[in-house]
Amino acid sequence: MSTATRSLPRTIGAHAILLTYTAIALFPVILVIMNSFKSRAGIFSAPLTPPTPGTFDLIGYTTVIGQGDFIHYFQNSLVVTIGSLFFVLLFGAMAAFALSEYRFRGNTLMGLYLALGIMIPIRLATVAILQLMVASGLVNTLTALILVYTAQGLPLAVFILSEFMKQVSDDLKNAGRIDGLSEYTIFFRLVVPLVRPSMATVAVFTMIPIWNDLWFPLILAPSEETKTVTLGAQLFLGQFVTNWNAILAALSLAILPVLVLYVIFSRQLIRGITSGAVK
Amino acid sequence: MGSLKIENVKKAFGPVEVLKGIDLEVTDGEFVVFVGPSGCGKSTLLRVIAGLEDSTSGRVVIDGADVSVTPPAKRGIAMVFQTYALYPHLTVKNNMGLGLKQAGTPAAEIDRRIGIASSMLSLEPYLERRPAELSGGQRQRVAIGRAVVREPKLFLFDEPLSNLDAALRVNTRLEIAQLHRRLKATMIYVTHDQVEAMTLADKIVVLNAGRIEQIGGPMELYNAPANEFVAGFIGSPKMNFIDGARLGETAKTIGVRPEHLTVNPNSGAWKGTVVHAEHLGADTNLYLDCEKAGLITVRIFGVYDAEPGTTLYATPDPAKTYRFGADGKTIK
Repeated sequence: MSTATRSLPRTIGAHAILLTYTAIALFPVILVIMNSFKSRAGIFSAPLTPPTPGTFDLIGYTTVIGQGDFIHYFQNSLVVTIGSLFFVLLFGAMAAFALSEYRFRGNTLMGLYLALGIMIPIRLATVAILQLMVASGLVNTLTALILVYTAQGLPLAVFILSEFMKQVSDDLKNAGRIDGLSEYTIFFRLVVPLVRPSMATVAVFTMIPIWNDLWFPLILAPSEETKTVTLGAQLFLGQFVTNWNAILAALSLAILPVLVLYVIFSRQLIRGITSGAVK
Repeated sequence: MGSLKIENVKKAFGPVEVLKGIDLEVTDGEFVVFVGPSGCGKSTLLRVIAGLEDSTSGRVVIDGADVSVTPPAKRGIAMVFQTYALYPHLTVKNNMGLGLKQAGTPAAEIDRRIGIASSMLSLEPYLERRPAELSGGQRQRVAIGRAVVREPKLFLFDEPLSNLDAALRVNTRLEIAQLHRRLKATMIYVTHDQVEAMTLADKIVVLNAGRIEQIGGPMELYNAPANEFVAGFIGSPKMNFIDGARLGETAKTIGVRPEHLTVNPNSGAWKGTVVHAEHLGADTNLYLDCEKAGLITVRIFGVYDAEPGTTLYATPDPAKTYRFGADGKTIK
């Protein structure tokens, strides 16, 4: 960095703003994690203090794990999230490739149609979706959730990925065609690796709302067999008594898998940015 | 083994006609250069030959077989791109071998051909590297090697030197010329740089606005341009064009190349003042504002001292003066 752009007050100012923002963003998460390690009395008497030897209690975690099914709920959430993510990325990238690569009649119109879903919340169609799932016998299956989330994630994925696919060098694709590669090979072996950073971005954007969603699991798959973590945590929210220890513990645990996925994708993101140059 | 015939090829993108009926014949072993300003359709024509674009109408015939609807991989061609277009995830060796592997060539044969190509282009030390670990010139040599390995009927080059720096460009140009001499293969080369065209080609095709302006050898185009466009495009610095009426001539435009003008401080045909002088060592370019002829360029071989503001007389060589009619065509 040149001395012209480096001055002490400016550096302090920038760090102050960033640190404040970080504190605000992390505050609720830290609060949840802190309180999940406290006894019920500890949570209510001093919610803002970290656990002390007097208030430290693992009762929340033992309740959650003792409930037995929670491992299963986690599994369900993971299956749904990873499954939907897989299909969103696969179909989204394929549609984006077709839209950006091939000239066909109605190309622009098709692109607009596929992007329309960004503006229309899928929840508006809940009743129709439920009827559809009942008719096709998919109620209380994870398949139902995966299908809905795939539909929910696709518009944004197609929109973002087609922009990035346009930037992949035409020469590279043409070189592949002259070497006799099929369009599928060109897509999977040449184009997808080059747009991997943007796919990681899409993955992060798609994953978090799916993992956190309560609405569709509650409506489409509320059975014991198919409950997701967010729905499972509702178990402790009683009408008269709420088991705060257990809820906070369940939420803390629910952060972990999504954090792991995020770290995986964000590494891709950074690697893509730093080593992207083809030319 | 490597003739090409293009019959009345037209290409339109929607309402925009990019190629307006191209007819061309290339015989076996020829080095043909398509040259023209940007947007003239030269790259599109190359892509039609490669099969990367479909022509709107017309036929492309390679070695007597109509390939108008044949996919690129089956046309027996190889192409070198401006941006190298190497596969980033493959080593140099696999980059060169992929096309053959795809065509089902036995591994021993692939290795043999890679061996020959890499020694020809001195790429042996880099065979196990990936494109990201190579310099620009090395990448372009790999791209050329990838074409050589295929032993194609036709080599297609799409502005292969445009991304290289000036010194490397001269080297690579030399390598391509040597490659052509050694392989005796038919090569088609697209460029917007008339120097590349003049130095490499057996035959130059000058394109403008989707039409062929003239086809001929480099010296033919230089000495006998068919029209004003070709005269202005071939040769550097550009030919001077002077309004015929100002010189009292019947022709619409008079053309003189800067190197066919002589200057004298005392007497000559056109009196003018020096506006600017470019000293290149081997030659000197003078820009003269003449009373009769307007602003003209004069190229003098060797060093010539002329301060801006000096009065000089320029005289054209009458044997090397071109006359163009109102339609732009050369009057013989």
